Amino acid sequence: MKMKNAKPAPRKIKVNRQDRLFLSLCTGILAIALLIVLLPVMNIISSAFSNPISVAAGKVWLWPVDFSLESFKNVLKFNTVWIGYRNTIFYTVFGTTMNVAITLCCAYPLAQKSFSGRKFMSKMLLITMIFSGGMVPNYLLVKQLKLLNTFWSVLLPGLMSAYNVIITRTYIETNISGELAEAAQIDGCSPFQFFFRFVLPLSKSIIAIITMYYAVGHWNAYFNAFLYLNDNKLYPLQLFLRDILLNSKLDSSAFDDPEMAMMMQSQAESLKYAIIVIATAPLMCVYPLVQKHFVKGVMLGSVKG
Amino acid sequence: MQKWARRTKKALLRDWQYWVFLLLPIAFLLIFEYYPMLGVQIAFRNFKAKRGIWGSEWAGLKWFEKFIESYQFRRVVTNTLVLSLYNLAATTVVPICFALVFNCVEHARFKKFVQTIVTLPHFISVVVLVGILMQLFNSRVGLYGITYEALTGTYPKDIFANAGAFRHMYVWSGVWQNFGWSAIIYIAALHGVDPSHHEAAEIDGASRFQRVIYVDFPHITPTIITLLIMNTGKVMSVGFQKVYLMQNSLNISVSQIISTYVYEIGLVQNNYSYSTAIGLFNSVVNLILVLTANKIARRVSETSLW
Repeated sequence: MKMKNAKPAPRKIKVNRQDRLFLSLCTGILAIALLIVLLPVMNIISSAFSNPISVAAGKVWLWPVDFSLESFKNVLKFNTVWIGYRNTIFYTVFGTTMNVAITLCCAYPLAQKSFSGRKFMSKMLLITMIFSGGMVPNYLLVKQLKLLNTFWSVLLPGLMSAYNVIITRTYIETNISGELAEAAQIDGCSPFQFFFRFVLPLSKSIIAIITMYYAVGHWNAYFNAFLYLNDNKLYPLQLFLRDILLNSKLDSSAFDDPEMAMMMQSQAESLKYAIIVIATAPLMCVYPLVQKHFVKGVMLGSVKG
Repeated sequence: MQKWARRTKKALLRDWQYWVFLLLPIAFLLIFEYYPMLGVQIAFRNFKAKRGIWGSEWAGLKWFEKFIESYQFRRVVTNTLVLSLYNLAATTVVPICFALVFNCVEHARFKKFVQTIVTLPHFISVVVLVGILMQLFNSRVGLYGITYEALTGTYPKDIFANAGAFRHMYVWSGVWQNFGWSAIIYIAALHGVDPSHHEAAEIDGASRFQRVIYVDFPHITPTIITLLIMNTGKVMSVGFQKVYLMQNSLNISVSQIISTYVYEIGLVQNNYSYSTAIGLFNSVVNLILVLTANKIARRVSETSLW
């Protein structure tokens, strides 16, 4: 499947009334879809920027009431939010680096038609997409390797995603011609040299794509940490969010002052809105800038085989 | 035999550098993907931590029988099937309709804006999504609660205490989050429609709506079928993560699905063998579903995965 940028040339044909009605109906549906996505988001953001008392009284609809940054100030008093943010940044940066490196190492040989182990490796990879050990065998493995309660338990399972290897392989295959590899080989260029001199510089775009995929994955992940970590010093932001947002565990022991703890309880609702905004804002702000890479990634993934 | 050995040696000599690249990936696959697959054998053993995966005694199909005979069996399997099929239907139909409508509209700027906004929720994490859901549907301060109050004068009942609402909440929040993202692929496929087909249909007097049905839609059916089969593969593995986060004691009768049950038996009650057996049962049913979907697809259309 190839994306064609060329759209049908605009033609001036008399559009009859029925068609015009249909087209405005379509525009209307798009507008409604837009509103369905936007309204809840606006409500969340407005609540986060409103006075906590107005939020608790249920006065905030789609626009901030008594604009205030108090909820944000309160959120930043939680140690857990800071620890979580720090850990998540660490997991995202360190984890993504390892992910991208190992994915390239796997995809490069697979993209070489002359490589004798190509079929074997592809099969080995495909099988992992169909079968998996399941929750308990994975848990036992992590336990056996003595990784429980270490940051490795968050990063090592899922180090390499078969899907990402396949889109990277497809990209290298289609963008770096086999003739180039052959010519380089004849000139005495070893596979190592070819990788560093040609493949890496020519694969910037796919590296950007898989980096973003992995990074978003790390930013949003809670599952491995949830299964394998007990020590909340290692918790990623998402696990703390789970406690605060879903279990309403506002850690009041974090405050020495009982009055302060009381106030926190009364502002619980508005705090949640602010936390949602703080946790999600980085991705939302970056996305429109890198949207085209993501879209390209979806296209690569849809190539069959 | 000798010839084969010589050939292998030659290939290894020539390709050894490629194998160096593959050292880490292969190590990863063997340790973190294939070794746990071997661990599945504890479904057929009485796992004892002291004796390990290989040393525990064999138990035959005891755990599978236990699961099938347990009073939970029917409930858990039904919940899994209903939730995932409902989810599959909604998350397939909505993006397709959206893409078809999107393709008809001609204001390029408006379209670009709409597409950026509707794809954004895809990047919200599960935890935050469920958090948003709970805030929005909070019966006192949420958008749902205050709108209901403004219209009827009373606050609504707590929707999270209502087991009947669980499936709709699960499915439609998923649709809300992902329809824009899933539509990308259909929108791209619709770009590939040959304009001459449209012209021909127009000359024959087809309205724009008729052209959507008879020109645009047939063009993307292969894509739809391919994705549908692939998604059937995920039917039984409906997100543990989101269901688990939305689960509470009041909706457990509809929200206990196989994967959450596996977690509860395995890692909460520490019955490793039983949990693994349930997980394996799940995978087998899943495999059967994909193969059936593929077969049906091949019979009714020419598209299939393999």
